[in-house]
Amino acid sequence: MTYIGEIFVMAMSAIFIQNFLLSRFLGLCPFLGVSTRIDSAFGMGMAVIFVMTLTSSITYLINVYLLAAYPYLQTIAFILTIAALVQFVEMVIQKNAPALYKSLGVYLPLITTNCAVLGVALLNTTAVRSDGVTPYNFLDSTLNGFFSGVGFTTVLLAMAGIRQRLGLVKLPKYMRGMPIALILAGTMALAFYGFMGFKL
Amino acid sequence: MNIALYTLAEASLAAQIGIPTFIIGILGLVFGVLLAIASKVFAVETDPRVDEINEILPGANCGGCGNPGCAGYADAIVNKGEAINKCAPGGAAVVAEIAKIMGQEASEVQPMVAHIHCSSGGHKNTNWRYQYQGVFSCKSAVNLAGGPNACEWGCLGFNDCQRACLFDAIQVDADGMRQIDMEKCTGCGACAAACPRNLISIHPIDQKVFINCSSKAKGPEARAACGSEHACIGCGLCAKKCPEGAITVTDNLAHIDAEKCTGCGVCAEACPTKAIVVLGSRF
Repeated sequence: MTYIGEIFVMAMSAIFIQNFLLSRFLGLCPFLGVSTRIDSAFGMGMAVIFVMTLTSSITYLINVYLLAAYPYLQTIAFILTIAALVQFVEMVIQKNAPALYKSLGVYLPLITTNCAVLGVALLNTTAVRSDGVTPYNFLDSTLNGFFSGVGFTTVLLAMAGIRQRLGLVKLPKYMRGMPIALILAGTMALAFYGFMGFKL
Repeated sequence: MNIALYTLAEASLAAQIGIPTFIIGILGLVFGVLLAIASKVFAVETDPRVDEINEILPGANCGGCGNPGCAGYADAIVNKGEAINKCAPGGAAVVAEIAKIMGQEASEVQPMVAHIHCSSGGHKNTNWRYQYQGVFSCKSAVNLAGGPNACEWGCLGFNDCQRACLFDAIQVDADGMRQIDMEKCTGCGACAAACPRNLISIHPIDQKVFINCSSKAKGPEARAACGSEHACIGCGLCAKKCPEGAITVTDNLAHIDAEKCTGCGVCAEACPTKAIVVLGSRF
């Protein structure tokens, strides 16, 4: 398979088939927390894409060159990396986009403990290309991180869009807020379940 | 580039512990230095007065000023021009300090305290309709068939106000009655917000006379329901006796106008059910 085809497979599987939110169920906290308005969902999505991409590339280097003999250090070293990166992103956003910084609120530092970010770093260490043998190289890992972030953002935006419209709908009192959001999330996960089993 | 020189099996114990520690240590050091540089490059200039005021504020984060916590209030003072005398827990000393920082005149603050307008709610002086065995909380109890006590306006006695108090100013005595410590109470209003029956009011500390009842039931009903037998029956005797005309009776319940009340205590003596208290001379 050509490399372009490889990238396509990676993108499709990261965005739809193995979507972090709706197939792997990782990183659900911002999925429910920041999905009430589209603009803050978009900001959150961009922050997650940025952190995931950088995390994937840096953790790849750390994993290959520092941790080859100590695979048990992966989790702690990756968390360290993610925490530092999130801190960095927070500084950049606070400096350059104070409005976005305010609307993201506590969810920005929470990316640190977002298991989707740690998830993509850990999955990259064992991931293989579509031939089933070749492990990911540096570019593969980085791209996988980027597409995973795109998948995260896609679903977050879809959820935010639906929830914004739901705000106009007259709901019974016991359904308002979190209950309807959870039902919505479940229904969306069912829809994404349809992608499962696609052989690319 | 691979610094793992030998495999785990060959390595000495010191190396087995030392090298991983070294790796993580180096990673932490590198990230730390990078973040330190980044924090200089991306430093956001904040008004130093915000931090100064935030240090002066009591840090209880009670929300009595209407802002989300003390840091929010400090920000609001500097950036939104909020009044500087809204911090009840801090009192006059804090207002003076803030005034110094902001270059404003310190306005006089009347210290406020809380009062519970009910004499029921203890073990001995509450008439129960049923035995409540749920979560020990007023908010929870009041939802079960309108609450377990006979008086639907009265204190439930599950101490939500005590738990809401950030200053340890509400104590429960041996009879299960909540007593407010005027020394510790700052008038922040957290207890008043926590009470599902709205029995707690915040008033100036020099107000001494209170109607210790909130029942709007008609006289005989209020009396029958009240465990402490100090229910306000809405007779209006206090309103007639009050030399200042400070008391009005609406919905079978007397109200004292704090502005007119002089604290003479005539009403407390006149009240047939002893529903009026003069602080400092409790019955």
